[in-house]
Amino acid sequence: MNQEVVIEAKKLSLTFETNDGPVHALKDVDLTINKGEFVSFIGPSGCGKTTFLRVMADLEQPTGGEIFVNGMTPEQARLKRAYGYVFQAAGLYPWRTIGGNIRLPLEIMGYSKDEQTKRVKEVLELVHLDGFENKFPWQLSGGMQQRASIARALSFDADLMLMDEPFGALDEIVRDHLNEQLLELWAETNKTICFVTHSIPEAVYLSTKIVVMSPRPGRVTDVIESTLPRERPLDIRESQEFLDIAHRVREGLRAGHGDD
Amino acid sequence: MKRMWAKFGPVVTVVIAIFALWYVMAVVMNANWAYDKAARADVDLGFNELVVDTWSQKKPRLPAPHQVAVELWNTTVMKSITSKRSLVFHAWITLSSTLLGFAMGAVLGILLAVGIVHNKAMNLSVMPWVIASQTIPILAIAPMIIVVLNAVGISGLVPKAVISMYLSFFPVVVGMVKGLRAPDAMQMDQMRTWNASKWTTFWALRWPSSVPYLFPSLKIGVAAALVGAIVAELPTGAVRGLGARLLAGSYYGQTIQIWSALLMAAALAAGLVMIIGQIEKVTLRKMGMNR
Repeated sequence: MNQEVVIEAKKLSLTFETNDGPVHALKDVDLTINKGEFVSFIGPSGCGKTTFLRVMADLEQPTGGEIFVNGMTPEQARLKRAYGYVFQAAGLYPWRTIGGNIRLPLEIMGYSKDEQTKRVKEVLELVHLDGFENKFPWQLSGGMQQRASIARALSFDADLMLMDEPFGALDEIVRDHLNEQLLELWAETNKTICFVTHSIPEAVYLSTKIVVMSPRPGRVTDVIESTLPRERPLDIRESQEFLDIAHRVREGLRAGHGDD
Repeated sequence: MKRMWAKFGPVVTVVIAIFALWYVMAVVMNANWAYDKAARADVDLGFNELVVDTWSQKKPRLPAPHQVAVELWNTTVMKSITSKRSLVFHAWITLSSTLLGFAMGAVLGILLAVGIVHNKAMNLSVMPWVIASQTIPILAIAPMIIVVLNAVGISGLVPKAVISMYLSFFPVVVGMVKGLRAPDAMQMDQMRTWNASKWTTFWALRWPSSVPYLFPSLKIGVAAALVGAIVAELPTGAVRGLGARLLAGSYYGQTIQIWSALLMAAALAAGLVMIIGQIEKVTLRKMGMNR
């Protein structure tokens, strides 16, 4: 397998100065993510998993250590539009159609009209929303809106996807369905995915690598390389192997909580 | 039928109540004059005669609705609109400076809001002045604006429009600052991940997001612009416009004329606000934001 490094963090720290004193959102985080991996970040609120994602995206500035995205600083990577970011809310513009929403980053990045049309069609097919191009966001369910937002992040040539609890606001059934589709998508596109989640089954089901984090200060307590095959039917979640990994994640979370 | 009643019933009820109260108050307020006249003519005034008299005086304190209606009819439909006695003519004079002032105020308001949102120095320095500008009584500043502009050779429509602008830009600034800041942190972050320029962020995100805030501001602004235009017609001894009609009416005790000018002004304001309301409805529906 290709072992090209996409994310490399060394002793990465980020401290927010607040009125109640400094908050250590990240402390001495070391992590390497290779191309094509599906990495989940899991941990309780305040463990810095979202902050870490935001640092990769150059939405937050680290206060210590180093981080490289595709061998560049996060800012260079952002300016080169090296990643697509999917937020917790779909954040589609109500005044644009689904197609128009997906076209927006392409317009901003200066793709030609023909190229825009072609790509919109492609990514809509990828997320199984073909035929919805001319619908408005309010005509779609929450799950479909989130798929459209994923399509938007896929539309330009970023081979890194940063996803911040994209399915957090959706119900269990829709979530299962989207998780399955996301794995398909990942297999088809061979992108590197960094995925923040609260859910242990979601993390275990999706990931090739699970990063368990703990709060105050935010740090990595365990990195689990999944032994599950890349092909994952939904019922793999009842296998012993799945349960073993889930158990290890739970242990890691509990260890991180030792001091509360 | 039932549905019609559900829709218009409350409105009709209120209107009937207002008219009833108006007629009663006309009797009460004009009774003194009626009694004086009766005393001078040495006749006894019965209730019926009192009502008839109070509803038909030439210079009543409070004219009855039908007197105002007759005056309105006579000065609109029955007069050529180019006549100086036509209320339509005067309404047009006022409306034209209202519209010009409103357009100037809306543009100024939007420009100031754009500056305030994008420029830290403007954010800190302009807003207090904008608020201070509205604490000055317009009646005090209106004559000064007209005199100053006259001194530099600007007279006629423009000084009146400037006063309309002075009143109407304020709600637009306040509303648009809020509207342009309506995109949340996530939407702004998203633009950042796409490395979008300020310019793109403005046109693609801030401006469309501000539209639901723009229209309510415009509605307040256009009503304020009308007030401004009328006020501007008062201190100049203007001979044209609804303000001039109000002023002339009060000089000569022509209460019926005052009331008909007032109603005309109210109708203009209602009409302008309704037009903006319709544009708002259509625009927001097109933008998928009317829910």
